[in-house]
Amino acid sequence: MAGVDPQAQALGLLPGMALAHAQALVPGLVIAEADPVAEAETLVRMAEWCRGVTPLVATDGADGLWLDVTGCAHLFGGEAGLMEHLVGRLVGDGLHLRACLADTPGAAHAVARFGESAPVVSLTPALSRRERGIIEAGAHIAALAPLPVRALRLPGDTVATLRRLGFERIGDLARVPRASLARRLGTQLGLRLDQAEGRVPEPIVPLPATEMMQHRVTFVEPLLTPEGLALAIEHLVTPLCARMEQTGLGARRLDLLFERVDGAVQAIRIGTARPSRATKHLTRLLTERLEEVDPGLGVEAMRLVAPLVEPLRWTQVDESTADMSELVDRLSNRLGAEHVYRLEPVESDVPERAVRRVPALSPRTGRTWPRPGPTRLLTPPRPVEALALLPDQPPVAFTLAGRRHRIRRADGPERVHGEWWRRDAETDAVRDYFHVEDDEGRRFWLFRQGDGVNPETGNLSWYLHGLF
Amino acid sequence: MGQLATAHQDTLIRLRTAIARIERAGEVRVPEAVAFGVGAIDGVLPQGGLLPGALHEVMGQETAGALFAAGILARRAGPVLWVVERGDVFGPGLAGAGLHPDRVIYAEAGKQVLLVMEEGLRHRGLAGVVGEIGGRLTLTASRRLQLAAESTGALAIALRRPRKPVPPEPNAAVTQWRVSVLPSGPPVPDAPEVPGVGRGRWRLELVRSRGGRMGEWVVEACDAAGHISLVSPLADRPAATLPGLATGGSLRHRAA
Repeated sequence: MAGVDPQAQALGLLPGMALAHAQALVPGLVIAEADPVAEAETLVRMAEWCRGVTPLVATDGADGLWLDVTGCAHLFGGEAGLMEHLVGRLVGDGLHLRACLADTPGAAHAVARFGESAPVVSLTPALSRRERGIIEAGAHIAALAPLPVRALRLPGDTVATLRRLGFERIGDLARVPRASLARRLGTQLGLRLDQAEGRVPEPIVPLPATEMMQHRVTFVEPLLTPEGLALAIEHLVTPLCARMEQTGLGARRLDLLFERVDGAVQAIRIGTARPSRATKHLTRLLTERLEEVDPGLGVEAMRLVAPLVEPLRWTQVDESTADMSELVDRLSNRLGAEHVYRLEPVESDVPERAVRRVPALSPRTGRTWPRPGPTRLLTPPRPVEALALLPDQPPVAFTLAGRRHRIRRADGPERVHGEWWRRDAETDAVRDYFHVEDDEGRRFWLFRQGDGVNPETGNLSWYLHGLF
Repeated sequence: MGQLATAHQDTLIRLRTAIARIERAGEVRVPEAVAFGVGAIDGVLPQGGLLPGALHEVMGQETAGALFAAGILARRAGPVLWVVERGDVFGPGLAGAGLHPDRVIYAEAGKQVLLVMEEGLRHRGLAGVVGEIGGRLTLTASRRLQLAAESTGALAIALRRPRKPVPPEPNAAVTQWRVSVLPSGPPVPDAPEVPGVGRGRWRLELVRSRGGRMGEWVVEACDAAGHISLVSPLADRPAATLPGLATGGSLRHRAA
């Protein structure tokens, strides 16, 4: 048997089992003939799709893909967003897969196949990064330790020898001198271990892009200087933009691949909020990212690929926002798209939920908040000591960071009920908000947990939530 | 101020605008100054208001400075770039000073606030750029901002938010403001016994003004359209009585 789906796995079937054995275990088993050629084609199609995430996609054996996502996560709102997008879409297409994001291809290979947690796909953003299959930077060595030695991509006989010697887990290998292992088992083991742990670089060999608008230049002399590379960018962008103009398209994403003399490929990726074929703008976006590129001993060829193009429409609804797109692109490129935003009102009585971040160029709603609020919001609210009469008198004074503020004017209470449809814990919760001014004229936004009568509504502690 | 004095002032404003136009040789049109709509304040400013295409510095307590800046930009049309180190600006607050959420693009720039401000100022089409500056603002950095603002006519506001006290140093800002809070008046002026919180009250100090006088006023904080108003007409003291005038453009320190 070549492979089993999760239901079969739950019944105790494993890949590698004899078919007769499996049929004896599970009567009425549905069998499909393995088709390695079709599977390989599917894998390549998947790889093509993954190019929407990163330009550097490589196959890993017959059943895996490697994606080098260095510098790409910011386009998806961070690593967690990238994993959600990647896994969510593929699972949505009916594929069963396991994914892992780690510092090295070797570690990602090992954890994805032999790690405990399969990635969980869910629309709730509350999943931990670990649950999404993300191994934090530097944590991959610890993540590798409990995995079986065969996770290191070793030949079968090496694995057998290791197990005979009592090495079950990768962590066990760290306890013996490397030289004695190499004498018995050859250098392959040490190399794989070093690759997985990141001591030896392992560049992945990306699949060539097909059917995408692209332009490549090769250099007689390898390029080394930023000036040289910047000039080359201009020479790449200009013809690509000309071709996009002929076809009426604009780029939403551009990948620039640097083919180094030593065979490694480095990539930078830029995104635009609106399709663009403005040579100057795109050149500038790419040039600003040049500092991330290490030319090593020199770059002998560069390739500019447009993996995502869209028809360029000239009908702009709103002149002033259209004007902003180049600025937003540049800022997103510099700071990450999640750090450039607008704030939009949301209907909610809970103050911290009344504000939502939306992309800077999203359509204007014309809506604003029904009432003015504090200018700064403290997240999380800071506990303060306050003196107030129950149940609904504003505080007379409160102490913040060792300083006592006597309250001269106050508005409130304004009662905010928990949104029970969001969280069970909020069913009874009540916050009473007070807008107060101290005797110097500073204005604060305080709240008390609980309505001052029923203990289940809150424990009567006071918090500073904002500054007016 | 008498009728004659007002007419005199109008002439002065016209002449100063003409001079500014000559001084900025490349610029064909000097954008219209953003007036406060308060005669006492606008009269002190050389162009009758805050000059767009220039850097203005605002030092304020935690929120007063931000609201003052929001109020100024609320009175100009067009999008605004608000650059912060990390995002703690609460939209409803700025909206309360007249800055509609549709107009404001926020950029969380970490340590790159000055760089992002400059990038924004060089982009044509923004009404203004506010940068919340937690560290120093050197002469060189402020000059860069001033030049960037001049190139597009955007109004640049350096909102100082020092994490720790920074030594005062000269910078290229055209005006420098200090906003501090004062105990406010009763919410209903005619009925002081009514409890509640009304409009805030600020002490507004024009600490430095290139080519203009300084001043100090007690004002009601921004209303929903971004307008401030004088509390007491007596607060508009003649500039000659203020100390530090003779030092012209240099920084004047006050014990806080």
